[in-house]
Amino acid sequence: MKRYFGRKILIYLLTFFLAVTIDWMIPRFMPGDPVRNMLTRVSVNTNASAIQMMYDYYSHLFGLDMPLWQQYLSFWKSLFMGELGISVYLFPTPVKDVLLRAIPYDAFLLVPSILLSWYAGNKFGAFAARSKWLDNTISPLSYILTATPYMWLGILLAWFFGIVLGIFPIAGAYSFTMRPNLSWNFIGSVFHHWFLPFASLFLVGFGGWAIGMRNMIIYELEADYSHFLGALGAPKKLVRKYAFSNAVLPQITGLALQLGVIVAGALVTEVVFSYPGIGYLLLAAIQNQDYFLIQGCFLFIIIGVLLANFIIDIAYILVDPRTRRGMTGETA
Amino acid sequence: MGLQVENLTIYYQTLSGDVRALENATFSLEGGEIMGLAGESGCGKTTLGHSLIFLAPPMKYVGGRVLLDGEELPIQDMEKMNEFRFRDISIIPQYAMNALNPIRKIGRMTEELLQAKKVDFKAVLPELKRRLDLVKLPHDVLDLYPIELSGGMKQRMVMVVSTLLDPSLLIADEITSALDVASQKAVAEMLVEFRDQDCCKSAIVITHDISILYQIADSIMIMYAGQVAEKASTRTIIHSPRHPYTKLLISSLPEIGVKYSERQLTGIPGKPPLLLDPPPGCRFRDRCPIAFDKCLEVPPFVEIEKGHFVACWKEAGNA
Ligand SMILES: Nc1ncnc2c1ncn2[C@@H]1O[C@H](COP(=O)(O)OP(=O)(O)O)[C@@H](O)[C@H]1O
Ligand code: SF4
Ligand SMILES: [Mg+2]
Repeated sequence: MKRYFGRKILIYLLTFFLAVTIDWMIPRFMPGDPVRNMLTRVSVNTNASAIQMMYDYYSHLFGLDMPLWQQYLSFWKSLFMGELGISVYLFPTPVKDVLLRAIPYDAFLLVPSILLSWYAGNKFGAFAARSKWLDNTISPLSYILTATPYMWLGILLAWFFGIVLGIFPIAGAYSFTMRPNLSWNFIGSVFHHWFLPFASLFLVGFGGWAIGMRNMIIYELEADYSHFLGALGAPKKLVRKYAFSNAVLPQITGLALQLGVIVAGALVTEVVFSYPGIGYLLLAAIQNQDYFLIQGCFLFIIIGVLLANFIIDIAYILVDPRTRRGMTGETA
Repeated sequence: MGLQVENLTIYYQTLSGDVRALENATFSLEGGEIMGLAGESGCGKTTLGHSLIFLAPPMKYVGGRVLLDGEELPIQDMEKMNEFRFRDISIIPQYAMNALNPIRKIGRMTEELLQAKKVDFKAVLPELKRRLDLVKLPHDVLDLYPIELSGGMKQRMVMVVSTLLDPSLLIADEITSALDVASQKAVAEMLVEFRDQDCCKSAIVITHDISILYQIADSIMIMYAGQVAEKASTRTIIHSPRHPYTKLLISSLPEIGVKYSERQLTGIPGKPPLLLDPPPGCRFRDRCPIAFDKCLEVPPFVEIEKGHFVACWKEAGNA
């Protein structure tokens, strides 16, 4: 048990190290120069020597005048001290603050849509597996939903409910005319803006889970242990219960993967609905060559993916005895 | 008492048509009898065994009836059969190694199964433990997951579970086939022990390996290509078989009590016919050394001596 976790944690640490290194490299090897970019955007001064002075000043401030290996070391050093640097694009806000402002929106949008679609999709899939009528209606619908490119579905929803019917806003996290405050009015506006991006994520997820669950259950109902129970006259209820608890295992892995790509998946949603989460931020950071913000966003994604996987690893040990056996290396 | 099967006919529905896996099987088993059911792979042994307890699609009931202890079994009614399954008729399936739910502890699975059948687990527990002793399994297997048991242990566990309600008839499908020779003998003897201790009244032991039956079966029934060929006491089948197929089968065995492998069976020239579109009449005709015109009709299964049944036109006249 201890050895198993020791090995796992080592693998996670290695992965973290490699991923963060790549994260550091990507913006630096992107074409373009962030400081010059910023200066051309903000400065009206055309004096060449003044610009050069400012350029040197900012390069030094961001540590971009150091040799690459020094930049790399100081990057790790500040990371350990919890420093993510200062955003170039939103200068002088620290990257940490920019991220902390965006994260609640992601959590608010993604956690409910992923968990609810997982739950509802699995429930419906299991249901569809035992009713011909439901199977004939829900399954094709689910296939259409998952086969639809997400971008397309998002835009379709935004167009239909936002523009044709005009009952939902299609940009922002709350009304542009409001300042965040604790009033019913504001909370209502937040939910109103949240609904369409949420619904689009929910629908796509739901279709995928429902199909997966339906197919898994049908497979498990044909498994030998199901037939044995049937031959011993066990009621359908028990057979289905066993099939369900076996079928749900791969769905748990699937959930881990989903939670892992949470941010990547949301990137498109947040862009389509101009929703100010990490995904939206990442796009802005890339467009503005904001090294530190890009790094910060990716760091967030990396930690999210690893954490989700780790949690699922543990959950799996709890629900599937077969992994437990592999872990201790016992042989029967 | 015992089992009577009359004209049981079972097909498999497939896209290319009906596979006629069991045709007009008629035979009976006394209470307490262990009958071996033997024949080449694919001759319909599993089909016969399964149809008695779990006639699920693609299996299709075509005709015939089954009486257990004088009562007709509603074999073609999946729901009504539930009442009889486990209590009156039970099975150790061919796939016994995978028959236990992989994610439930064995004890808990047994408890849930019994509860679902409205049997008090606590009341059965002492007997369950006694039977674990009988098959030489430690009591703590109940706290293990199936994956923690070896193949042979799983099989013995399934044997205990299937017979927990003392069924009148137990069907044991190829319970020795996946085991090494030493465990084969042990499992076969455990089965006899179960019968002797009334854990089941009678049993049908399905195998493609006749030699295992010598030690344990009271009678042997031979099948060929979906038809019953011969049934008699074990002694008679070994020493004075009458059906040409049985004769070839027995003479192809090296020596009584010595294990033969499946390959030697194919020592009989030719192959069994495909059951999708079998030839009319006796299905052994193409390979039978003494076939004649009459064999174009299906031979009746007649009792030529007390307890000795043969389906062969050459023998029909001697009845
Ligand atoms: N699910 C199935 N669908 C179609 N044909 C089947 C199926 N199961 C068995 N059969 C056919 O039925 C015949 C008898 O099979 P089976 O009863 O399993 O033989 P045995 O147990 O004697 O080896 C074989 O010819 C086999 O091909
Ligand atoms: S009925 Fe005819 S073909 Fe069949 S075993 Fe007897 S003699 Fe041979
Ligand atoms: Mg078989």
